[in-house]
Amino acid sequence: MKNSKYEKIADRHKAEENRGKNAIIAFIVGGLIGMLGEGIIEIICHYSHISRTEASTYMIMILIFIASLSTALGFFDKLVTKFKCGILIPITGFAHSMTSAALDYRKEGPIYGLGSNIFKLAGSVILYGVVSAWFFGMIRFLIGGGS
Amino acid sequence: MTFKYNNVYVKETATVAGPYEKDGPLKKYYDKTYTDLYFGENSWEKAEIKSVQDSLNILNKKTTTKKGEIDLLVGGDLLNQISATTYGAIGYSKSFLGIYGACSTSVEGMIIASSLIDAKRIKNAVVTISSHNMSSEKQFRNPTEYGAPKPQSATFTCTGSASMMLTNEKTDIKVESSTIGKIIDYDQNDPNDMGRVMAPAAIDTIKRHLDDLNRKPDYYDLILTGDLGLYGKEIVKDFMMQEYNLDLSDNYNDCGVMVYDLKNQEECLAGGSGPVCSALVNFGYIYDEMKKKKLKKVLLVATGALFSPTMVYQKENIYSIANAISLEVV
Repeated sequence: MKNSKYEKIADRHKAEENRGKNAIIAFIVGGLIGMLGEGIIEIICHYSHISRTEASTYMIMILIFIASLSTALGFFDKLVTKFKCGILIPITGFAHSMTSAALDYRKEGPIYGLGSNIFKLAGSVILYGVVSAWFFGMIRFLIGGGS
Repeated sequence: MTFKYNNVYVKETATVAGPYEKDGPLKKYYDKTYTDLYFGENSWEKAEIKSVQDSLNILNKKTTTKKGEIDLLVGGDLLNQISATTYGAIGYSKSFLGIYGACSTSVEGMIIASSLIDAKRIKNAVVTISSHNMSSEKQFRNPTEYGAPKPQSATFTCTGSASMMLTNEKTDIKVESSTIGKIIDYDQNDPNDMGRVMAPAAIDTIKRHLDDLNRKPDYYDLILTGDLGLYGKEIVKDFMMQEYNLDLSDNYNDCGVMVYDLKNQEECLAGGSGPVCSALVNFGYIYDEMKKKKLKKVLLVATGALFSPTMVYQKENIYSIANAISLEVV
């Protein structure tokens, strides 16, 4: 049971969160990263003769590399404080979560440290990503016949 | 549970702080500061151990005591198995008590040491406290380089170590009385708003301390809570006035608010936290002010959130505790 007197007094001294501003920043930055990805695909397609699907794989690798490198160099977390979830939700955030875990746990060795902890944050994304991919795949198969 | 002491005195203190504390307003009160968070070691945990060793060595130098001469060392930190304290304090004293009271550990240690000295079981004791922003982030939250956005109410774990030597030989600063806290559950469960979690514990301990000794808040030149931060501090003031008609507006502050320059150090959000937060302010700045006799009667209320990530994930509340000790210039 909540102590209602305490809750009332504590609510008077709550921190102000600027959710609206955070959401707008995240929306714009997230959009810019999408644009950057699209730009990379266009450049790859323009200069080499590979398909768009293949080009998008290279684009993902490039973004993951940039995010991992800037995590290792120690400034990605500072970018997150500025750009909020705008850079955390795209693939850059996924790479960041794995690299940051790897950096922290490498001191405990390759097995008990890095190996067992690298998916600390990304594990949930992978598990539920695979599960939901299976569900949507099934829906698509049942409705569209898998083609 | 309030005790009075007759023959316990503060002999000396030593403080070691990290780079964020160095940028704060209390910089000149630290004996040693580091410019990066590794302290020349290769892991966060080892860095924290190094800070414990540093503060104990500085304390030895200041008091011209040798390693192994002290009767008892009481200490704790936030790491699992309080490893920073045990690895840092090995060989330092004739006996050792490791304690855990989250961020209330500093005063908990002072109460244990003072009680044993007062009972004439031991002649002197050292209380040593540490925390490290990165090692506690790694243990309690996310990997240290992971940049999860945090709300304004979150606090920032202080880095460093602080030690205090208590003795039965008379000095200028006396340990006057103490109140042991109790575990408080006010149905709070937001680890990003620890001020709100711990404020009820601070309120409970301060109230019981004042009632037990039949004192008013103005008996003290300063009443200091440990790490409630900007918002928790306001809750304590407001609640004390509304519920008990006790006015804390003139002589109350919070170490978490004092340790950083919150206007310019935006990453510190609502203020400092961690066991060493109150210890750095109390053993550094407050001790210095008392030596200069600018402050004569001070009540230190170290507040701790007894926070276990596992229990919060299992949908349990976060409990809190606060221990109080009163220091007086004699």
